[in-house]
Amino acid sequence: MMSLADFFKKKTSSNVAKDRLKLVLVSDRAGCSPEILEQIKNDIITAISRYIEIDMDGLDIKITQTESEGNNGSVPALFANIPIKDLKTNKK
Amino acid sequence: MGEVIVITSGKGGVGKTTTTANVGTGLAKLDKKVVLIDTDIGLRNLDVVMGLENRIVYNLVDVIEGNCRIKQALIKDKRYPNLYLLPSAQTRDKTAVTPEQMRKLAEELRDEFDYILMDCPAGIEQGFKNAIAGADRALVVTTPEVSAVRDADRIIGLLEANEIKRTHLIVNRLRTDMVKRGDMMSSGDVVEILAVDLIGVIPDDENIVISTNQGEPLVGNDTLAGQAYMNVSRRILGEDVPYLDLNGRQGLFSKLASLLKKN
Repeated sequence: MMSLADFFKKKTSSNVAKDRLKLVLVSDRAGCSPEILEQIKNDIITAISRYIEIDMDGLDIKITQTESEGNNGSVPALFANIPIKDLKTNKK
Repeated sequence: MGEVIVITSGKGGVGKTTTTANVGTGLAKLDKKVVLIDTDIGLRNLDVVMGLENRIVYNLVDVIEGNCRIKQALIKDKRYPNLYLLPSAQTRDKTAVTPEQMRKLAEELRDEFDYILMDCPAGIEQGFKNAIAGADRALVVTTPEVSAVRDADRIIGLLEANEIKRTHLIVNRLRTDMVKRGDMMSSGDVVEILAVDLIGVIPDDENIVISTNQGEPLVGNDTLAGQAYMNVSRRILGEDVPYLDLNGRQGLFSKLASLLKKN
C-alpha cells in the first residue's frame, strides 16, 4: 500500500543507489544470485519429495558463510532446514 | 600494550592513506605514541601524504628481511614528538612479506607504541591479508557511492571471517549539498546498508587536496575535514564526541519535509 508520504517522495538517485545496493549485496553475501538460489531450492524440494513428505512452511534453505578448512577465510555454505512430515516409505 | 588498527576499504581511491595520515597524526596530537605503517608494497604513498618522503633510509621489507633493526627504519616526524612512520618498499611487491611476519612485527611494536596504524592496500589479495594479520580492530573507509559501499561490505565480511572483532566505518567525501537534494546517499543510508558502527563522517573538502599537496595532514586545524578527522581520533580513544553539523543551515522546506517524514 502506498502512503501519502510515498506519493510525495520522489525517486531520487540516492534512493535508486540504496535499492540497487541492497539487492546486489544479497547475492554478494550469499555468493550467488537470488534466481539461482530459488532454482536450487526447487530442485531440492523436488528431489526430497520423491521419498519424504516435507513441511513446506517450515522449509528454510539459504546460503551462509562458514570457516573453510584450508584457512582461506570463509567460504559459502548451503544451509537447509527441512522438517519432515512423514516418511513415504512407511506408507503401504 | 599498544593497539593495532588497520585502515582498509577494498576499493582504491576512497581515502585510506589520507585517513591513516590524519587519524594517526590526530592521535599523536592527543599525546599518544603512534606509528604509521605503509603496507602497500610497490605502491608507496603514505610517505608523500605525510611529507616525509625525503627522509626514507630503510623500509618495511628491510625490517622484515632483517637488513636493519626496526628503530633504524622508523622515521620520526619532527612536527610531532610521538609520531613515527614505517615506509613501504617501492621496488618490491606484496609477496616480499607474509601475514605471519606482519603479525610478528606488530607484536614487537606493541610494547613501544600506543597505536600502530596499518595503511592497507586496495584489493583483497595478499597485501590485504598482510595488513590485517596483526590487527585488533579495523577502520573501513568508504565513500557514499555504490561501488565503494559494495566493496566495503565485502571487506567487512572478510574482517569478520578473520576474527577482527571491532570494525568501524568512516564515510568519506560526503557532500551535504548533494545529500540534501537526494543525489547522494547520506552517512545514515550507508550505515543502514552495511550494518556496522559509524566512527566518522568526513566532508568532501578541497582543503584535503591542499594539505596533501603540502605533505601536511590537516587534522585538528579549523577546516571541516580537519575537525572531522580530529573527532575520529578522539572517538578511537573512547571519547563520546558529537557529530559535526556538516549541513550548515537547514532550509524551511527540508525542515518541513523531515517533519512530515517522522509522522
